[in-house]
Amino acid sequence: MDQEHCFHCGDICESQTITFNDKTFCCNGCKTVYEIFSENDLTCYYDLQAAPGATPKDIEGKYDFLMQENIIEKLTEFNDGKTQIATLYIPHIHCSSCIWILENLNKLNPGISASQVNFGKKNVRVTYNSEITSLKEVVILLSSIGYEPYISLDDFKTGKAQVNRSLIYKLGIAGFAFGNVMFLSFPEYFEVGEYWLEQYKHLFRWLMFSFSLPVVFYAGQDYFISAYKGLRKGLLNIDVPIALGIAVLFIRSTIDIIFDLGSGFFDSLTGLIFFLLLGKFFQQKTYSFLSFERDYKSYFPIAITKIENGIETPIQVYDIKQGDRLLIRNQELIPADGILINGNAQIDYSFVTGESKTISKDSGDKLFAGGKQTAGLIEMEALKSVEQSYLTQLWSHDVFNTNKEDHFTTLTNAISKRFTIAVLTIAILATTYWLFVDASKAMNVFTAVLIIACPCAIALAAPFTFGNLLRIFGKLKFYVKNASVIEQLAEINTVIFDKTGTITSNEKSIATYEGDVLSTSEEILLKNTLRGSNHPLSRSLYDILDEHHIISLNHFEEHLGKGIEASYQNDNIRVGSASFVGGSETSVLNTSVHISTNNKYKGKYTFYNSYRKGLSKLFNNLKKEYDLVILSGDNAGEQENLKKLLPAKTKLIFNQKPDDKLEYIKYHQTEGAKVLMVGDGLNDAGALAQSNVGIALSENVNVFSPACDAILDASKFNQLYNFIKASKQAITIIKWSFLLSFIYNSIGLYFAVTGQLAPVIAAILMPLSSISVVVFTTIATNFIGKRIK
Amino acid sequence: MSVIYMLLGISIGVAIVFFVAFIVAVKKGQYDDDYTPSVRMLFEDELVKDQSKTTIKNEKTN
Repeated sequence: MDQEHCFHCGDICESQTITFNDKTFCCNGCKTVYEIFSENDLTCYYDLQAAPGATPKDIEGKYDFLMQENIIEKLTEFNDGKTQIATLYIPHIHCSSCIWILENLNKLNPGISASQVNFGKKNVRVTYNSEITSLKEVVILLSSIGYEPYISLDDFKTGKAQVNRSLIYKLGIAGFAFGNVMFLSFPEYFEVGEYWLEQYKHLFRWLMFSFSLPVVFYAGQDYFISAYKGLRKGLLNIDVPIALGIAVLFIRSTIDIIFDLGSGFFDSLTGLIFFLLLGKFFQQKTYSFLSFERDYKSYFPIAITKIENGIETPIQVYDIKQGDRLLIRNQELIPADGILINGNAQIDYSFVTGESKTISKDSGDKLFAGGKQTAGLIEMEALKSVEQSYLTQLWSHDVFNTNKEDHFTTLTNAISKRFTIAVLTIAILATTYWLFVDASKAMNVFTAVLIIACPCAIALAAPFTFGNLLRIFGKLKFYVKNASVIEQLAEINTVIFDKTGTITSNEKSIATYEGDVLSTSEEILLKNTLRGSNHPLSRSLYDILDEHHIISLNHFEEHLGKGIEASYQNDNIRVGSASFVGGSETSVLNTSVHISTNNKYKGKYTFYNSYRKGLSKLFNNLKKEYDLVILSGDNAGEQENLKKLLPAKTKLIFNQKPDDKLEYIKYHQTEGAKVLMVGDGLNDAGALAQSNVGIALSENVNVFSPACDAILDASKFNQLYNFIKASKQAITIIKWSFLLSFIYNSIGLYFAVTGQLAPVIAAILMPLSSISVVVFTTIATNFIGKRIK
Repeated sequence: MSVIYMLLGISIGVAIVFFVAFIVAVKKGQYDDDYTPSVRMLFEDELVKDQSKTTIKNEKTN
């Protein structure tokens, strides 16, 4: 069969092919989007990028809650009753076609006056006239063209988050002052006793002084604050010698120009702060389209439909009370624990457990918050409010309120403690010596030592190494939250994996057949029956079976939650659960699909987890240096399989609840383990937060992953060992840069101790040491980055 | 008055103008999104080519 690709979304046209305007589409949805665009002269969308679209989903009634005034109020950032502005997050934004179509929304709805895309953040800011259109209509329009916005409980907060741009301002001020001070101090570097220079040097000096004021008191204030905080806690962090250096530089320079002793060190002072801020800026690599702080709020809807006296009203999920009757539509999330009243419940708990196979429930069964309904309407009665539900309660645990970084001493701070003590000792010794030899020079030497020893290069080594490595990791689809995570990653000694969705792949499953052998005609019938079904199990089984030619079935019927029934000529087939097919349920641990033809039970396909590529190799690499554990929320059905696959010393622990995982890690941490947790679902959220480094594995980084320290693209799972190795090498690079900066410091100290430190020497030495450290770390990190594939 | 004061005044004045322009640009959020504008800039041509009629219509209604 010739595989045709959909003109709109690029998928392979599998179950049906629609031809329209000489173009093929995989479904009616895609065709409709194309029609909308071609009617409005927007087909340029397809010229910019081939097949950029997404299939629109059924959203009937899903956005009714957007009619409510109080919800509109929370979602819009500007609202004067006529003009409203709303920023909507759209995960599908991925190419220039997306930007183009979303910025031309006004062609599709005259009520929209402007729309602006922020590609990095994947959102669109829509300005519309609320008298002509409404937020609901805008959202429905977006959904109908395949750009369904993602509106979650997270958007539901009062007040818009303020963007913190203070670092850019500070950097701007420091850079501006640095450049100007350099110009002004240049004439005096040559110390020529020219009349012209003598006459104006005071003016130049006072100008430099005024330029340095905002640099010291605004741009450099963080160093003073951090040093003060550190000292109060009894810590000599890296900011203590920096703050000391800045203060001494400024005071000494000011005294120098007041008493006409020299030109001061304003050039070194502004340059130092500029370089330090540059390092901070460089380290601050953020992935604006990713969030590392997500909790259940990002997953949950804002509103849900409540049934009261037979009337459906949308209510906010925070208003759900015990005893409320809720209506859950297809593809909606269950917001609170409750009991199923009626309807065919097929719950997908993949958000919670990472397990993508659906679980069917009967009326009277308990439903847990976080599950997604995948078949038709259901009605349920809430037993608990949102905050008290089983899943959401996990977030009231203490680990979510503690900052991991606070408990971690960075390499830089560890070294700065000894460094500060050493510098102060040298300064005091040199001063004492000069007090006896030449007392007039003693103060000069004391300040010179503190100035030249200011650990600018040491403070820059870590930010530039980690900042660069963050970028390299990002390119390799390993998104790390911040620099301190890399440092912690280098120190771990235990690696814990979740099973489902982490070491197993969601995409491919392996199934084995047990029972009577199927004849060729039965196989053809089975394959064709599965072809028409969208159930996840049907799709996986369809992919596993051999290719057969396509026949058109005489009869096809899908019974939600039970199975499929089909017939062709004289044969009929039933595929589905044991009770539907007429077989007996035997295996309880693994998922199976049962088959019967012509009312005779044939056998069943049993699914086994398929493990990610390179899993054995990764574990064999890791086992040399790390303790390995698998913590699974599932039953022990896969134990034998895993034992064969993984190194013998891997611990396998099953039936772990989210809390158990957290406690397990906590217990081992008290015994000195530094834990790396690799997980994927919300059920790992507690474990990810408790571990030293929590990595969330994600099939698609745009889809939500739980709060963590790093997000790893699933396709790079087998590279995990190399990422850890690279982090360790980064630590070595930093140690070498420390050595490099010590050499510069020793040279500088020679000048300082002997009382010969002229401003021009400081102005050359300080930037030179900083720049050589930056160059060294950049080259070295790029070198180790090249070795990871 | 020596010409040096005037020169200094001008040079620092110009520098401050640019500095203020930078601060204003940051404040307005021009540095928040460093990708989309680069793509958007290239769209203008296509819009005019394909949308000449609609663009004129829109301008009239405004």
